[in-house]
Amino acid sequence: MRATSFGIRSTVVGLLGACAQLGFAGTVEPLYVAIPSGSIASVLSGGSADNAPTTVAGFEMRLKPVTVAEFLKFTEQKPEWKKTKVPSVFADSNYLHQLETAAISPVHAEQPITNVSWFAAQAYCESERARLPTWYEWEYVAAADAAHADARKDPAWRAQILGWYSKPSSSSRQRVGGDVNFYGVDNMHGLIWEWVDDFNALLVSADSRNQGDPDQLQYCGAGAISLQDRDNFAILMRVALLSSLSGSASTNDLGFRCARSPTP
Amino acid sequence: MKCMPSGFGKPIFRHFLGGSIVCCLAALSMHAGAQPTSVNPVQAPVFPGDSVYQVAATLTDQDGRAFKMGDHRGKPVLVSMFYTSCKFVCPMLIDTMALTQQSLSTEERARLDLLLISFDPARDDIQKLKSVAGARDLGPAQWTLARTDATSARKIAATLGIQYRLLSDGEYNHTTVLVLLDADGRMVGRTKKIGTADAEFIKLVKKVLSASNHTGQ
Repeated sequence: MRATSFGIRSTVVGLLGACAQLGFAGTVEPLYVAIPSGSIASVLSGGSADNAPTTVAGFEMRLKPVTVAEFLKFTEQKPEWKKTKVPSVFADSNYLHQLETAAISPVHAEQPITNVSWFAAQAYCESERARLPTWYEWEYVAAADAAHADARKDPAWRAQILGWYSKPSSSSRQRVGGDVNFYGVDNMHGLIWEWVDDFNALLVSADSRNQGDPDQLQYCGAGAISLQDRDNFAILMRVALLSSLSGSASTNDLGFRCARSPTP
Repeated sequence: MKCMPSGFGKPIFRHFLGGSIVCCLAALSMHAGAQPTSVNPVQAPVFPGDSVYQVAATLTDQDGRAFKMGDHRGKPVLVSMFYTSCKFVCPMLIDTMALTQQSLSTEERARLDLLLISFDPARDDIQKLKSVAGARDLGPAQWTLARTDATSARKIAATLGIQYRLLSDGEYNHTTVLVLLDADGRMVGRTKKIGTADAEFIKLVKKVLSASNHTGQ
């Protein structure tokens, strides 16, 4: 684990993460937390009429979104992900916008990284022997408020989340941390949009059974995905955003965190 | 096009780097000797920045042979993604690829590779791919049916602009699209017309085949 110029804190967190990975997590702060298995009535239907809740197997979620300092350290170790090196098929021109040219202040270093493509996010997670969470995993953890695993029916909580979306994105971003939910996971709402592993699977499409018109035959499968729980605007907006993106897209408010399947 | 600081010495690369040769030479001279640690004794192929062959995933074909998408370099490729247990649209997808192939001359056909990649690695093993290739008479000289791990399938799909999602009944919702890659793995065309041969698309296939033929091997 190399020290960086971003100050002691990120180094310490990195070291602690390494310890946690080696199984020495005791009193130290780990990078990931175990999320117990359960089920969630997703805003996306699974394609069947009854829309039965989806089972989410136990997994590990990264406690915090990946920060600017963490991502820059990654690009030092994997220079192929620097802005100047990354192939255009993996990242568009907004990738790491203004990041590598600007001096990184200690405050900026602790902000979540944004302007990262899905490919870059996936590669970062692989460097932590992890992956991006699936949509269901993300939605499952994001359903929790500070006290309940599923607070989605609480109108006050919904309103609080929605409040973030009405803030202009130009207002300065907070550093990561300080908004821990039921699982101990930070910043699921109110800080950034987040990539998920299956971002290109959140199809919200017309029915695919129109076999007659060749122009309409875009989707295969017995049933179309449709949106459920239409009152849950905050989550539906995430689906809408993610399903509109290509894997090389990078935008100002889109960052990520990683997840891991339990080691067998 | 991005600068490729190394590894473009193979003749086949030269044409495609075309206009950026000067910029690449400049990059080479800047890098020359400066980074001895970055020299890889086994020269990995260098693809253009906008090539889907940048995805270095390992796939396995219907005969159990491991390969990378970039191994198709040098020939245009018609590529799509599917799953073998799909009953309706995927057979039509294969039909459409075959129709496109049949609308070419014998000489053109020999120079177009057809690649179908499964996004259902849990169920699509090599035997399944082999049996689809056999049942549909998809000759191995031109047709490759392939599988890979779930992560790589997602990456390839993201590069090709293909969406897929497993539904609760085991079927997939997915984009049905034919993507045309040029000899260097760049996406140069796509069609969502399934069930009939898309005349405009075939025109494009012929054009790309002709261009790749003139630039030679």
